[in-house]
Amino acid sequence: MAYLELNNICKTYGQGDNESQVLSNINLTIEEGEFVAIVGFTGSGKTTLVNLINGLLEPTSGEVLFKGNPVSGTSHERGVIFQNYSLLPWLTVEQNVLMAVKEAFPKREKAIWKRKAAYYIEMVNLTPATNKLPKELSGGMRQRVAVARALAMKPDMIIMDEPLGALDALTRGNLQDQILNIWGKDKRTALLITNDVDEGIYMADRIIPLRPGPNATLGPEFKIDLERPRDKTELNDNASFKKTRNAIIEYLMEIGDERKSEAKEQFILPDLAPKDFVNQFR
Amino acid sequence: MKASLTLNKVSNFLGLGLFRTLKDLFANKLEKEDFKNFLRKTIVPLASILLFLGLWNIGAKALYNTEADFKIEKALQNQGQAAADALQVCIASGESSCQPNTLPSPSQVWGSFQSLLRDHNIINADKAAFAEKTAALNKTRIAEGKNAIVYTGRPSFVDQIFRSLRTVFAGFLLALFIAVPLGIFIGLSPTLKSAFNWFIQIFKPVSPVVWYLLVFMIVKTVLIGSADDSSFTISFISVGLCSMWATLVNTAMGVSTVDKDYINVAKVLKLGAFQKIFKVVLPSSLPLIFTGLKITLSVAWMVLIAIELLAQSPGLGLFVWEEFQNGANDSNAKIIVAMFVIGIIGFLLDRLMLMIQNWVSFDKTDAI
Repeated sequence: MAYLELNNICKTYGQGDNESQVLSNINLTIEEGEFVAIVGFTGSGKTTLVNLINGLLEPTSGEVLFKGNPVSGTSHERGVIFQNYSLLPWLTVEQNVLMAVKEAFPKREKAIWKRKAAYYIEMVNLTPATNKLPKELSGGMRQRVAVARALAMKPDMIIMDEPLGALDALTRGNLQDQILNIWGKDKRTALLITNDVDEGIYMADRIIPLRPGPNATLGPEFKIDLERPRDKTELNDNASFKKTRNAIIEYLMEIGDERKSEAKEQFILPDLAPKDFVNQFR
Repeated sequence: MKASLTLNKVSNFLGLGLFRTLKDLFANKLEKEDFKNFLRKTIVPLASILLFLGLWNIGAKALYNTEADFKIEKALQNQGQAAADALQVCIASGESSCQPNTLPSPSQVWGSFQSLLRDHNIINADKAAFAEKTAALNKTRIAEGKNAIVYTGRPSFVDQIFRSLRTVFAGFLLALFIAVPLGIFIGLSPTLKSAFNWFIQIFKPVSPVVWYLLVFMIVKTVLIGSADDSSFTISFISVGLCSMWATLVNTAMGVSTVDKDYINVAKVLKLGAFQKIFKVVLPSSLPLIFTGLKITLSVAWMVLIAIELLAQSPGLGLFVWEEFQNGANDSNAKIIVAMFVIGIIGFLLDRLMLMIQNWVSFDKTDAI
């Protein structure tokens, strides 16, 4: 039995004339312990898909099955790392993580809660910043707090919605390794949503492109058969990496072009040229 | 060092960079490029104060002369030349009985301010003497189970300021305890919002005078048979009801517009309703709630004067009204003193709220 199963998911926003279908006929299965990446253009409905899986949204039709049971509402079995960190700015790093710990370990003593929080903060190497407010941290540190908070709920599956999208390339690389490290320790099931093909290939076992919305659907999957742990610098010369990368990018470009040619109206640009600016003043 | 620290704190609290720049000037710490800053922050405010006082003085003089000429003219018409001459001499001599009654000059206002302080000291001494005189008697009265004799003399200007502050704070607390919880409920529930919307829209623009009358109608009946003076109760309830609307509307708005990301976090972390309100909704709407409370406090201080006047509750409002009715030669100056005192206290209250706001709430720009 699949760990997470999406059957014919459709999601529409609005009603009547304003109705717009964001996702249509999404089918996806993820096995236990797998690391799956979904790659897609911005605005293709990636966040909607994530919110359907974590229970913040309900599908218009179709069903989401988690461990065989239909998903209704959020659950601490599925931890979420949001795109924009979403830390509570009035709480310190520790308090932010504690909030998740308290929900995952109810009826425990304060000392145990504190120890658990300290453990997860340590896991993302933020112990020195325990008592700092999010505004005192850099973007990468904030995202690490978000990672610690998601892990502190002891989720069976971790869902990441473009977690590294707002970070610079160096921090991004570091965090990718950290996330992979943490994932490698207990092999939790993971779903990564990203717009970066390289990131997907580096981190995931499978990559599934999301064809851009409206009416976004999932494209054919690409298996990544690279051995773990993967080395970024070696990866660049790896023939299989190059092949997969090119295949995925080609596919994405193709659907991008398709969409362009699908555009009904042809825009005819007026035949305008700038005035002879210099001669005007002679 | 300690003194200069306090000075900095005071100047920060007042929101004026004036004192600090002055201090830097004396400490020779001022760089040349700071000179422009010094001009703008110190010289310009001082100059504008002087200009204001000067214009006021000139205006007051002009009004004084117009009023005096009119009085002499009237005396000439009604009582003849002799009376007019006598009046002219009387006015020129500065005799208080025949001074024209008009806008007082700054120096007159300053004089009245000092006389009010002297009056306060006299009344204080009087009170102390009274307490000393009745101390022994009161002890025996209390031992016998009777009420102690209390001072019932006229309140001084300073006493009236404190009475007004008490009224405002009582009214403010009433507004706080009604408006904030109600605002939270309205903000959280669209049903309650539509239930209360008409109520808020209709009662928000009602004038303080009408609120006073409404409260008077109710409190008068509720307190029937009670020996206590109901003017304080009536005035603080009216002040609270007049001023609570800004907080109510702002709280409801703050609570209903909490960032969706935070709500999502609360949902993903499976927070209970109580935790959600106190850990997520309230902290994130604190800036707006405090904006509302700040408006509430300044509205409370503003309507206080009118309400004290109507309620005959001893305070600054009643002071102003009594001085106006009194019509003594320094009444006008005392009214202007009260005006400045009201303005300055209002300003200080506003700064106090701002300080508390900065202290308890996070900076919105630092979010995420």
